[in-house]
Amino acid sequence: MNEILQDSLYFGVAISLFTYWIGWKIQQKWKKPILNPLLISMILVIVVLSVFHIEYETYQYGAKYITYFLTPATICLAVPLYRQIQKLKENVVAVIVSIFCGCLAHVLILVGIATIFDVSDVLTFSLLPKSVTTAIALGVTEEIGGIAAVTVVGVSIAGLMGAIVGPSILKIVRITEPVAQGLAIGSASHAVGTSKAVELGEVQAAMSSLSIVVTGILTVVIVPIVVGFY
Amino acid sequence: MKYIFQIGIIAGISFVAELLYIFLPLPVPASVYGLIILFILLCMKVIKLEQIEDVADFMLAIMPILFIEPSVGLMTSFEAIKGQAVVLVLMCILSTVVVTTVTGLVAQTIIRIRNRKDEMTVGGKEHE
Repeated sequence: MNEILQDSLYFGVAISLFTYWIGWKIQQKWKKPILNPLLISMILVIVVLSVFHIEYETYQYGAKYITYFLTPATICLAVPLYRQIQKLKENVVAVIVSIFCGCLAHVLILVGIATIFDVSDVLTFSLLPKSVTTAIALGVTEEIGGIAAVTVVGVSIAGLMGAIVGPSILKIVRITEPVAQGLAIGSASHAVGTSKAVELGEVQAAMSSLSIVVTGILTVVIVPIVVGFY
Repeated sequence: MKYIFQIGIIAGISFVAELLYIFLPLPVPASVYGLIILFILLCMKVIKLEQIEDVADFMLAIMPILFIEPSVGLMTSFEAIKGQAVVLVLMCILSTVVVTTVTGLVAQTIIRIRNRKDEMTVGGKEHE
């Protein structure tokens, strides 16, 4: 199977889109947050690849072209940000203070759990940059000597969590201000969470996009300092 | 044709962002440079919202699809985290919940305090 598909450009694209469509149908039907189309698509693709003994590289050979649109799509987040410029100006203090607190809490909880469960420093460091987009996270991991694969797992889980249970967390802890909702999801779950925030509303989308930038900058600054003290 | 122009603008910004990524020695991805560039261009009214929003809204709507391939890539990382997988996943899940909660609550508290102050000033002026 692997040999036949190895040179196919559209296998990866087709299976990605089709499984996402299935996921979307399932969510439309049952409307449970856990039935997230992205999660369903990811699981279905992994299952198909494993069952038919197709290597990830074979899938990625074509599917990577979908991911090429990630840079322009992220750039387009400037549009909701611009539409909400008034909200942004009004909330400058809330944006900076809340995201700074979030980043600090992130470092503390990770170091705390690592101490309790005796997790090695390298693994802990690798998770410190996980709240930001993969590209920033990988840059930071490289700088502090973490393991890239672990960082990628962390970034993915953080993103999927935001997309799947982000809105439920907001409901449980009673975060109802649209601005606060956007900031919360964006600062914990980067662009993947933001793709969910887009569904919550325009203000949430703008604030979540803004969080990607601010959290990114703060992470680049804070994490190497924390590691230096460790 | 207007879509071609809109896609052209976005592709052009992506290209400039890519160049910045190559030449600036910061761990900042091209997409974040691009986001900042487009935002500045919109603020300076070099690009008008109408010249970009059809394609931009479409791109935002399909965004989750763009994360399928990197997420499937997780299957290649299983080997690296074997043994400590449970605690690592626990750390990821807990810390994500904590950050969402802390950022959200701090932001909400600040906004509500400000709103209350605004109401008080407005109320005060009315009394005068």
